[in-house]
Amino acid sequence: MGFLDIRNVTKSYGQVEVLHRVDIAVEEGEFLVLVGPSGCGKSTLLNMIAGLEAITGGEIAIKNRVVNGVHPSKRNIAMVFQSYALYPNMTVGQNMTFGLEMHGVPKPERDKALASVAKLLQIDHLLDRKPGQLSGGQRQRVAMGRALVRNPDVFLFDEPLSNLDAKLRVDMRTEIKKLHHNLKTTIVYVTHDQIEAMTLSTRIAVMNKGFVQQLGTPKEIYDTPANVFVATFMGSPAMNIIPATVVMEGGQPHAAVTDAEGQVQHLRFSQPGLVAWAGKPILLGIRPEAITDPEGADRKSGNIVALKNRVTVTEPAGADTFVTMTLSGKDAIARMRADANVAAGQSFDFAVNMEKAVAFDPATEDRITA
Amino acid sequence: MSAVTQDTAVSTGRATRAFLYLILILFALFYLLPLYVMGVNSLKPLPEITGGNMMALPSTWTLDPWRSAWSTAQIGVEPTGLKPYFLNSILMVVPAVAISTIVGALNGYVLTKWRFRYDTWVFGLMLFSCFIPFQIVLIPMAVVLGKLGLAGSVPGLILVHVVYGIGFTTLYFRNYYASFPTELIRAAQIDGAGFFRIFWRILLPVSGPIAVVSVIWQFTNIWNDFLFGVSFGGTSQPMTVALNNLVQSSTGVKEYNVHFAGAILAALPTLFVYIVAGRYFVRGLMAGSVKG
Repeated sequence: MGFLDIRNVTKSYGQVEVLHRVDIAVEEGEFLVLVGPSGCGKSTLLNMIAGLEAITGGEIAIKNRVVNGVHPSKRNIAMVFQSYALYPNMTVGQNMTFGLEMHGVPKPERDKALASVAKLLQIDHLLDRKPGQLSGGQRQRVAMGRALVRNPDVFLFDEPLSNLDAKLRVDMRTEIKKLHHNLKTTIVYVTHDQIEAMTLSTRIAVMNKGFVQQLGTPKEIYDTPANVFVATFMGSPAMNIIPATVVMEGGQPHAAVTDAEGQVQHLRFSQPGLVAWAGKPILLGIRPEAITDPEGADRKSGNIVALKNRVTVTEPAGADTFVTMTLSGKDAIARMRADANVAAGQSFDFAVNMEKAVAFDPATEDRITA
Repeated sequence: MSAVTQDTAVSTGRATRAFLYLILILFALFYLLPLYVMGVNSLKPLPEITGGNMMALPSTWTLDPWRSAWSTAQIGVEPTGLKPYFLNSILMVVPAVAISTIVGALNGYVLTKWRFRYDTWVFGLMLFSCFIPFQIVLIPMAVVLGKLGLAGSVPGLILVHVVYGIGFTTLYFRNYYASFPTELIRAAQIDGAGFFRIFWRILLPVSGPIAVVSVIWQFTNIWNDFLFGVSFGGTSQPMTVALNNLVQSSTGVKEYNVHFAGAILAALPTLFVYIVAGRYFVRGLMAGSVKG
């Protein structure tokens, strides 16, 4: 039993089912991020938790109380919207206390709650201004303040940072994380930005086409993605997915891939269980940072495999250099130190950290657990 | 290096400017001409008008035509002047404008923020009412008013104008509210505000420009309406009908100066509304028509 229980929830519009049997139990104080491409159903799920959209099947419970059909204002939730949704005709202070006023909280208490939240978010000097007179970051704070003042059981965030410029977005991200750390509130947060999901969450639900593809901690999601979709959606640049065949060599399973010259090269797996796939095709998944120059390879790894291949393109990005090569006919990206000595068009000795490699079944695209 | 020149799309030479202003002033004078004629002739004794030269300023200034038009002129069979009819018009216009604007705002709110099945059809039908000519509904309207017992009364006229105006006011408010972010309504719902509270506290305070449009439009139309007034006015006819009765009387000498004064009196309220609220009119009309 979680603090917020989403049990077998489905959503249909007419005949079309857009959300299929979602089952998530959120613990108290957890920061759950729903992440996925647009149209994956993440906002629909959030709106159903908020009560802004009806639940077609299953139930949602907050603190063990089933809230299906309960009015949004009676669920003890607060929501921060993408556009902030500040009431343009009211001052910041009135915006923040409007909910309390509607719930019949007397003025002295409202003022007290307002003062403490305004101090927490450092917006006390803005209370008499109208939303139109605020900058994007300030509006964002006010929107969060309006949610905080209510002291709800669950906070819902609907892509709150996507209207901010890049720098401010990073700042506010840190701010939200701090806030969660200090207040230990339960948060459900919707975003399409996988970096936001990774940095903020205690758990991530990766969604696609109305299904929860994987639910887990950021590390689980990143290191052991459940399928090719999760593997390529999370992480930037995306995980390299390379067609390969499992071959046996010295009693160990290896991935056989072809390099740019058409030569077959063998990369030894760290998972002995892949023996079962000997002779069969698989999809080999390797994160860009697991392919480096030999000096930059992870010293703690017990399975660094050398791979000689021609470099197609190098892209220096300041802190890192991204190096592209061709493996089994596909582009594979390696992430190297900025000062790695690598040039386009030349042959280079790559070091592949096969401890971090994963294998997917080409038919189902699910990860092979071995 | 040559000096920086101000090359803009519009040539703003001195001569061009002068020419533009000259044309604009000529147009303004032309448009003001009728008002001038009415004004000067309403301040002359009758013989000065019948003696010719409508354009000249009065040689003897007098306010008698105004007094006569307001309180003593023969309207139909009664020598009451326009005063009681002016009052009728006010009693009719103010509630009719207020009610149709409020109902239009509520309709717009429901049609954009509380969408229901076939709501676009409902809106389409309301829009259709804007295109129905007055003449077509005269007889059915007379029947309805008769059945309601409102025939020939001010409340009857109010009802007629409200029904006729709702199509327009709904159109204005619906288009205006269409561009109002729905997330705000959702936020207010989560905050615990109900249907009317959201309307009153969130939507109405930002509806100023479109409310002005609605008020001006409704006020002018209702005040200037003649057909409904003459058909359903009965004993409480509005200003327009009285003015017609004053001007069109076929007995006695035609007192043009009194007619001019009466016509100005009949036009004053709409003129007043335009001057007070006119600058919001264009602003609101643009906001309501272009967006959404």
